[in-house]
Amino acid sequence: MSGHSRSRRGAPLLVYAALVFVFIYLPVIVLILYSFNRDGVGGFPPRHLTLAWYRQLFADAPLWDAVLNSLKVAAGSVALSLTLGLLAALALDRASFPGKALFRRLVLLPLILPGIITGLSLLMFLVFVGAQLSLFTVFLGHGTALISVATTELFAGLQKLDRAQEEASLDLGATPWQTFWRVTVPNLKLSLIAAGLLIFTLSMDEIAVTFFLTGRDNTLPLEIWGRLRRGITPEINAVSALILAVSVALIVIWHRVRTRGLGADAPELLERP
Amino acid sequence: MSSVAANSLDPASAVLLEIRGVAKRFGAREVLRNISLNIAEGEFLALLGESGSGKTTLLRLVAGFEEPTAGEIWMSGERLDLLPPYRRRVNTVFQNYALFPHLSVRENVAYGLRVKKTAATEIDGRVDEALRMVKIEEFAAWRPSKLSGGQQQRVALARALVNRPRLLLLDEPLSALDANLRKQMQSELKALQREIGITFLFVTHDQEEAMALSDRIALLRDGALEQVASAREIYAHPATAYTARFIGQTNLLRGEILDGMARCGAIAWPSDDPGGAAIFSLRPEAIRLASDAVARPGTARFRAALEQQFFSGASELLEVNCSGQLLRVRVSARGPLSGEHEFVFSTADAIRVQE
Repeated sequence: MSGHSRSRRGAPLLVYAALVFVFIYLPVIVLILYSFNRDGVGGFPPRHLTLAWYRQLFADAPLWDAVLNSLKVAAGSVALSLTLGLLAALALDRASFPGKALFRRLVLLPLILPGIITGLSLLMFLVFVGAQLSLFTVFLGHGTALISVATTELFAGLQKLDRAQEEASLDLGATPWQTFWRVTVPNLKLSLIAAGLLIFTLSMDEIAVTFFLTGRDNTLPLEIWGRLRRGITPEINAVSALILAVSVALIVIWHRVRTRGLGADAPELLERP
Repeated sequence: MSSVAANSLDPASAVLLEIRGVAKRFGAREVLRNISLNIAEGEFLALLGESGSGKTTLLRLVAGFEEPTAGEIWMSGERLDLLPPYRRRVNTVFQNYALFPHLSVRENVAYGLRVKKTAATEIDGRVDEALRMVKIEEFAAWRPSKLSGGQQQRVALARALVNRPRLLLLDEPLSALDANLRKQMQSELKALQREIGITFLFVTHDQEEAMALSDRIALLRDGALEQVASAREIYAHPATAYTARFIGQTNLLRGEILDGMARCGAIAWPSDDPGGAAIFSLRPEAIRLASDAVARPGTARFRAALEQQFFSGASELLEVNCSGQLLRVRVSARGPLSGEHEFVFSTADAIRVQE
């Protein structure tokens, strides 16, 4: 194709791309703008910029309790789903057993299952075993729902691992256990970090599953959602802007770690569900 | 058969490794069939074969990464094939070295000693010694990825040798190196083996490399041992047409023996061998240009027309046509030739081989 016709075709494409970006990001930009608007969510365009909403936010104790709850749940979920995800990924990568294809699909199912199904089924199970709903049940919900994320990410890392290295380790006298800790895990380090970051981010802003499983203590997204029912305040805009900043930072770090770890051939499956 | 006789070792040397009737099957595919092979203490044995001949599988059976479907492997009176790889006093130099990328050269070399909980002071001494032996002390702090192929090769050697194995397995260790480096590493490898006296089992598909390095060659073909003998023996007396072709260049003359005469096309000579169809291997350098017209006993002559001449320095290779039969003749360099010539060879050099 000649450069001329490409540039002619390029112009409408450029406009189209710009419109798509505006459509996606304009609401986000408005949200951030309002968090600095002295007149609150009314009145566009904002005339007086202020940090007042952020000051109010930092003095808001219940909100910070919710942040702390979310952090606890996210940290626990990372530990739980990485542990179980690593075991599942190892089974998928190394073991051959009857029903492996089915196992693989079942492990990955939560990626495509609506959160409402996951949440509802977990709730029914917890009711069935007579468990009290609490942050702990939220942690269980996130941890299990996100195993699939950990599994896909770690499975990709294992596929990239040179098996000869593990054989070399055994050959040099290391037991399988020593080989796992001294060769396999260090080689998976980047995949573990990447999966951990992604799971942390996903857990931090999870609503659907959390909604079914939470007890008295709210996580941050549920706290925000609860407040919205009483009307939008710019304080919510402020906290949303902060969440957005942290999420973007984590996703950027995740992406960097992951591209370093996996190279260009990272499976598309790993995109955010 | 001559290959069986050649397989038996010099009785003076102690047997280190005994492979007894080993077979390996992957599903329906039979990769190794009834392999029996002894390796002597201190020997350098090359396991030679084309890709797919099963040589790497045999190596992996000895290392412990695969289990034999049938047969046993013994090392110094101990059943080896039932032990996991980490309990065998065998170490491997892998084809692509398989160095640990997250460890420095020094940590790579120390790995085997460290996992066996060797005392730290002893580790230091032995690692230094191993690094010195393969001449890579100066790179001790580097990561393997920063090293050239030849240097990585040395690290892999040091990492294996530091454990003082009874037997060192080398899986095509030189195949990733360029030609010059390869020659240099070959000579270093041979010197190193002599110096430390460890038994080497060396897998290669390169017959020249096998001939240059090893005390004996075990030639594998389609999962079975074709012939086991020293390089000189195997070159001078190939048991089969396959061996004759695989080890060095040769002319295969097909014909028959009838009434005490061997006849292959237009070439004939007296033979006491039992009659019937026969194949003879005649090395190109066994054929000479006949300088006189007198026939001597024990020689055969033929006339052939020159088709091609390839000059290669000290010698040249001629392709000649003897009544439709193409033969290769290696003669010392003598300048351009053309037309028909008379050639002569000693009939003792025409080795009768199996199909």
